[in-house]
Amino acid sequence: MVNKIIKKIYTFLIFAFLYAPIIVLIVFSFNNSKSRGVWNGFTMRWYIELLKDQEILKALYYTILVAVLSSAISTFIGTFAAIGIYNMNLFSRKIVLNINYLPVLNPDIVTAVSLMTLFRFVNLELGFLTMLLAHVAFSVPYVVLSVLPKLKQMNKHLAEAAMDLGATPMYALRKVIIPEIMPGIVTGALIAFTLSIDDFVISFFNTGSGVTNLSITVYSMARRGINPEINALSTLMFISVLVLLLIINKRSSKDSKGGMISYEKML
Amino acid sequence: MKRCYKTLLLLAIVLIISMVGAGCGQEKPVLNVYNWGDYIDPDVIKDFEEEFNIKVNYSTFTTNEDMYVKLKSGGTSYDVAFPSDYMIEKMIKEDMLLKIDMNNIPNYKNIDDKFKKLDFDPNDEYSVPYMWGTFGIIYNKNVVKDKVDSWNILWDEKYSDQILMLDSQRDSIAVALKKLGYSMNSKDLKELGKAKEELVKQKPLLLAYVGDEVKDMMIGEEAALAVVWSGDAVYMMRENTNLDYVIPKEGSNLWFDNIVIPKTCKNKKDAELFIDFLCRPDIAARNTKYIGYSTPNKEALKELPKKITEDKVAYPSDEEVENCEIFNDPGKFVKEYDRIWTEVKVQ
Repeated sequence: MVNKIIKKIYTFLIFAFLYAPIIVLIVFSFNNSKSRGVWNGFTMRWYIELLKDQEILKALYYTILVAVLSSAISTFIGTFAAIGIYNMNLFSRKIVLNINYLPVLNPDIVTAVSLMTLFRFVNLELGFLTMLLAHVAFSVPYVVLSVLPKLKQMNKHLAEAAMDLGATPMYALRKVIIPEIMPGIVTGALIAFTLSIDDFVISFFNTGSGVTNLSITVYSMARRGINPEINALSTLMFISVLVLLLIINKRSSKDSKGGMISYEKML
Repeated sequence: MKRCYKTLLLLAIVLIISMVGAGCGQEKPVLNVYNWGDYIDPDVIKDFEEEFNIKVNYSTFTTNEDMYVKLKSGGTSYDVAFPSDYMIEKMIKEDMLLKIDMNNIPNYKNIDDKFKKLDFDPNDEYSVPYMWGTFGIIYNKNVVKDKVDSWNILWDEKYSDQILMLDSQRDSIAVALKKLGYSMNSKDLKELGKAKEELVKQKPLLLAYVGDEVKDMMIGEEAALAVVWSGDAVYMMRENTNLDYVIPKEGSNLWFDNIVIPKTCKNKKDAELFIDFLCRPDIAARNTKYIGYSTPNKEALKELPKKITEDKVAYPSDEEVENCEIFNDPGKFVKEYDRIWTEVKVQ
């Protein structure tokens, strides 16, 4: 009995630790004052001002654009890289995997400065393109790492069986391998997407005039005090992620049911 | 497979949107502006774009050092930037700025003469003043009953655990130097050593070394005394009427944020047009109202309400700023500041 209570308290503490900052942030997005310390009554003013603030909206636009593009590109590159690495012999696989680990372990600042130096070296004007390339560069290793385990779990003979039954290699890849490793690909894409959204250091060094993302904009407000519009924006982003999560959960539980039925039909 | 097509379609749409966005900008000339976050009235940019049919690409930075790194590394083409005093000196030394042709800036005449020909730009060739201010002590009148007019109050044991200092090496060392009656640009190791001893002595009395959160702590009355910039003091006093601000009689720091044209500029003519626009009295007045800092534009002062211009915090009298100094670029001497600050912090 005591054990049960302790378990509950422990769980509660963990969730309080994780969510207390977000709750405070949401509450203060309705505060009728620019101060973060004092409660001055309820208002929707920051949400209205957020919709009118061109600078923040532009930053949001670039953040989402870069996140969508870079996660799509890096998922594509990373998935095929993983399939290639999986089919290598043991020795070269080990070498390539270790090379793949390096950018993951490397501090962000090193990646940021080296990318900037590279772009300068090839005389590329810093701007949207360089920021996108930088985000693709740091996302690919994570995609590879999330797809590889799925490939290892997959039955090796599935693709061979498909080709025995007359599938071309491309057809086998599309119809057998990719569906098998889909969960890994989706995870990789989501990791790439979130990494891209909250990256500051690499974006800061690799962006040029006129192109900023949210983290740069928020950070640049530090001198004059963070605007509560940011609280409002964070609240909206938190809610949309929450809703997205609920939809995905609901869909995947439906999907798995649907999968069962069709499996039964086949039988 | 259907899902795959959907994703592709979505991607294509996103790409098209981004192309359209980029395409629009290419017809008009573009001006790349690099400024502090939240440091201009957004409508001013819109008005400039409409009047001159120029597109403004606006980006922001957090510290002078961030901006310096971006400009120094190249690869970007900022046309206008807003560094502070000591950073301008450093950038002039390193040949990073273009000379501004003052003939193209007729509104330069609106700038008060006392803000021209300052130490960091002695011939007024490289920079045009944008905002200025001081730093001093903000205190809670209900708690601090003594007269506050000297840095010494920050060493008063009566207010132990109620004092906040800035977590910034240059500013905090400057406070100690000024308390001792030295110049805050001192490069004398003996003077700096004494300043260090003062800071070490003060440390047990402090509640904390703080950054931006000082505003919320003072408004929330968690502390009674703090070192802050005048612009922030105006905001804090508006939120909590128990607060008051003084520039200590020993003098303090006088700071400037000026407008410059970096060497990366590709569009000098429009850059000068933009600087001139910012010097117009009505535009400067609007920016001052929005930001809440002090404007060096004497014509703009006439357009601002008395409530702003008669505020002693934002516009101190000449006697009050008499002992104030502008920060110099310490050059390589910055190593000594680093050392002293580390030694104070580890105590």
